Amino acid sequence: MASAAFEEIVEDFEFLDDWEDRYRHVIDLGKSMEALDEALKVEATKVHGCASQVWLHPVIEGGKFRFDGDSDAMIVRGLIAVLRMLYNDVPVAEVMGVDAKAELGRLGLNDHLSAQRSNGVRSMIERIRMVAGENA
Amino acid sequence: MYDVAKIRADFPILSREVNGKPLTYLDNGASAQKPSVVIDAVNRAYAEEYSNVHRGLHYLSNLATEKYESVRGKIARFLNAPHEDTIVLNSGTTEGINLVSYGWAAPRFEAGDEIILSVMEHHANIVPWHFLRERQGVVLKWVDTAPDGSLDPQAVIDAITPKTKLIAITQCSNVLGTIVDVKSICTGARDKGVPVLVDGSQGAVHMPVDVQDIDCDFYAITGHKLYGPSGSGAIYIRPERMAEMRPFMGGGDMIKDVSKDTVTYNEPPMKFEAGTPGIVQTIGLGVALDYMMNVGMENIAAHEADLRSYAQQRLTGLNWINLQGTAAGKAAIFSFTLDGAAHAHDISTILDKKGVAVRAGHHCAGPLMEHLGVTATCRASFGMYNTKAEVDTLIDALELAHELFA
Repeated sequence: MASAAFEEIVEDFEFLDDWEDRYRHVIDLGKSMEALDEALKVEATKVHGCASQVWLHPVIEGGKFRFDGDSDAMIVRGLIAVLRMLYNDVPVAEVMGVDAKAELGRLGLNDHLSAQRSNGVRSMIERIRMVAGENA
Repeated sequence: MYDVAKIRADFPILSREVNGKPLTYLDNGASAQKPSVVIDAVNRAYAEEYSNVHRGLHYLSNLATEKYESVRGKIARFLNAPHEDTIVLNSGTTEGINLVSYGWAAPRFEAGDEIILSVMEHHANIVPWHFLRERQGVVLKWVDTAPDGSLDPQAVIDAITPKTKLIAITQCSNVLGTIVDVKSICTGARDKGVPVLVDGSQGAVHMPVDVQDIDCDFYAITGHKLYGPSGSGAIYIRPERMAEMRPFMGGGDMIKDVSKDTVTYNEPPMKFEAGTPGIVQTIGLGVALDYMMNVGMENIAAHEADLRSYAQQRLTGLNWINLQGTAAGKAAIFSFTLDGAAHAHDISTILDKKGVAVRAGHHCAGPLMEHLGVTATCRASFGMYNTKAEVDTLIDALELAHELFA
């Protein structure tokens, strides 16, 4: 079971039949997501293996995981917003138990996880799991 | 009469769908699709004609050798090279230019010697020269393009100094589509005794090429952009330059005799073809060149010029699109970004959903991206089988992308 915020977005996506509307929604999420502080866009937060530039800034507070992120590509920004809803405020010990592929599949967005896709979603999830694993 | 419908019917992949939409393949600059005759020839070569070449005396080896070696002559005809022995067969332009860097330039160039490059070279015509810069202190001198993406041949000639040992230049930019007047550059360079290498990866695809008329020293081509198999290619080398070259890779086929203490080399061009080559790929390339020559390079060039004019007119009509490169007489290759928040990858993702294949990124042309002040562009590159209706499909998909990201 994912977070309430994520369940809400799953409900929103249930009303979107075609890819165009789903993308429109992802793009809107990307547009409305606050930008990552420029000072945090450094080598340490940069996620490699992405075709566009992607940054991920994880914070662990009170045993809970959350992250901020950014990208210069708008669809990727939207996917970061989706991943934040999926992972933010999840207890660190439970992060590894989140099946991101299955959850994104519920949104009809799992094609972003195929091997050929280099938009960075897979790399971001790996980074999230690595950080959580080190701090669990 | 250029029958584009008939040509399209020759390319089986063009009738498939992508994401539920008819495929609109506009990534020919990266690699072109293959006609049935090439696919069938590759299949037949493996099914009926396969053996190693230049080795056995048995029936199949003779057959494969004959098929493989006949391609050398076809490439010579395709480029109007003076003799088939001026053609070195290889895996593509990257290998061809590396051969020149290692085999010809490295033993002859000294620290401070200069190589002139245009700012719009592909990495394949940059990195082999960077090796000489790193290892031998050779200096790379860059000639800029004008704001419209054109390159003044005189600016290249004017960059020549007594230290200049080579000009390495593309005939057609893979990003901007700019056609470079390599013949004028060769004429000017010849007066000053400077050899010229032409990167023909894109140029040879879009126009008739005559290396004797251009009067270049090296002309490199790559098979997979010429509607042939990947892993095939060739480089034309002027006989005087070939005589100056040392072998690059050592192995079978490039030798006459090998003993414990000595080695003697095969005659050029075989001296520069070590190991078992891409036999079937090369045979496929020969069939692809036959296909192009049957259609006629002038006819292909005229069809693509027509597509270019139409695409340019339609793209220019969109006031939210930023076209990079509008040089007169350019090839049908368009790089662009959109106003607004969309990254090149965003645009290509939306286009892909509409069945339109374009490339997004730096296009292996880092110095040009720097010169243009962009990190990435989308590129739509047309080929002999594309149509005006596909230009319209591209424009429709771009309008959707613009609307989504505006």
